[in-house]
Amino acid sequence: MSTETVEKENQEVLQAPSEDLLSKRRKRLITDPLNEDNPITVQVLGICSALAITVQMEPTLIMSIAVVFVIVFANLIISLLRNLIPNRVRIIVQLAVIATLVTLVSEVLKAYSYEMYKILGAFVGLIITNCIVMGRLEAFAMGNKPYDSLLDGLGSGFGYAWIILVVAFFRELFGSASIFGFDVFAMAGINNFPTNGLMVDSIGAFMVLGILIWVQRSKTGYVEH
Amino acid sequence: MDLISLGIKSIFIENMIFAYFLGMCSFLAVSKKVSTAIGLGAAVIFVLTITVPVNWLLQEYILREGALAWLGPSFAEVNLEFLQFIMFIAIIAAMVQLVEMIIEKFSPALYGSLGIFLPLIAVNCAILGSSLFMVQRDYVLSEATVFGFGSGIGWMLAIVALAAIREKLKYSNVPDGLKGLGITMLITGLMGIAFKSFIGIAI
Repeated sequence: MSTETVEKENQEVLQAPSEDLLSKRRKRLITDPLNEDNPITVQVLGICSALAITVQMEPTLIMSIAVVFVIVFANLIISLLRNLIPNRVRIIVQLAVIATLVTLVSEVLKAYSYEMYKILGAFVGLIITNCIVMGRLEAFAMGNKPYDSLLDGLGSGFGYAWIILVVAFFRELFGSASIFGFDVFAMAGINNFPTNGLMVDSIGAFMVLGILIWVQRSKTGYVEH
Repeated sequence: MDLISLGIKSIFIENMIFAYFLGMCSFLAVSKKVSTAIGLGAAVIFVLTITVPVNWLLQEYILREGALAWLGPSFAEVNLEFLQFIMFIAIIAAMVQLVEMIIEKFSPALYGSLGIFLPLIAVNCAILGSSLFMVQRDYVLSEATVFGFGSGIGWMLAIVALAAIREKLKYSNVPDGLKGLGITMLITGLMGIAFKSFIGIAI
């Protein structure tokens, strides 16, 4: 990179107003939860739904979208209301907001993708009790401005989504020898790929997530004491 | 007889933790000491045994399609099922508040050690999950009660067992990256395999 472009970039950074739409601090709100402060592997939140629906990629993707939607809007709404909510009843208010959003998601799924609704079953409703959503509302949205909260919700949502998609990838690959329902091994010319029943089972999810946490923490150097 | 069979099934075979991953957050966070785990487990059993039948009544007489027929013929077509999530979670939150007050009154020590996780029982997936499964599986009232109680026992069994293992684990040399959550997930997986051996038990 030539010095000229570096200078130009520096100037741009200097000229930017302190609270740019995507200032450095705000970018961190999105990028931190993806890796260093990941809701699942570091904060240990939202494990329940992370594991139950990750047998296959497709429901996992739908679930991720639903969770991102709920967490972003719950964060936004609670942040807008944060000065009006009495402290003593805040949990109930938060639950009411989350439950309303989840009802919305569940009705939309029922209307446009009934098959998926059947597969996800009770787990759509369980987004209400997904600790990530509650955790972000308590820890962030109650004390921050709406736009920041929205970004924080996006970050946490995506941090959650990529972990469960990775878990689902391995579980579907080794459990059913397919990805998104396509028989990848058969396409690659490998017939009779020996699938592992444990992967389809709940146990596979624990194992895959355990190993994923190990890999991720070894990389970031995070150690729990 | 069916009820006993259902109870056994919900404790061991369809264990909330090992088969459905419900209630994992507090399962992982409060399983460091056996005594705390027993306290939380007992609270979960209590809340589950009350909320599942209460939510059953709610579903049967208010929310279900045509459930309001007892109010008069003009209500026979009403379907309030879209209110299910909000109503269920409201009942659960109220019950948890009740348990919190009882524990604070009778066992301040336990109240102190459960800390933030007591109000968080309200967002324990196992509680809401049991109510949603109860609707999904069309249980009758007696079945719903047994199912709620059994699920609670199963959850307590799992968390106490894990806490006991983790107490011993303190003395072993775990690789840095696996410490805490990682090794706990692997242990949970192994415990899950053990619980799988109950499949096929029928009384």
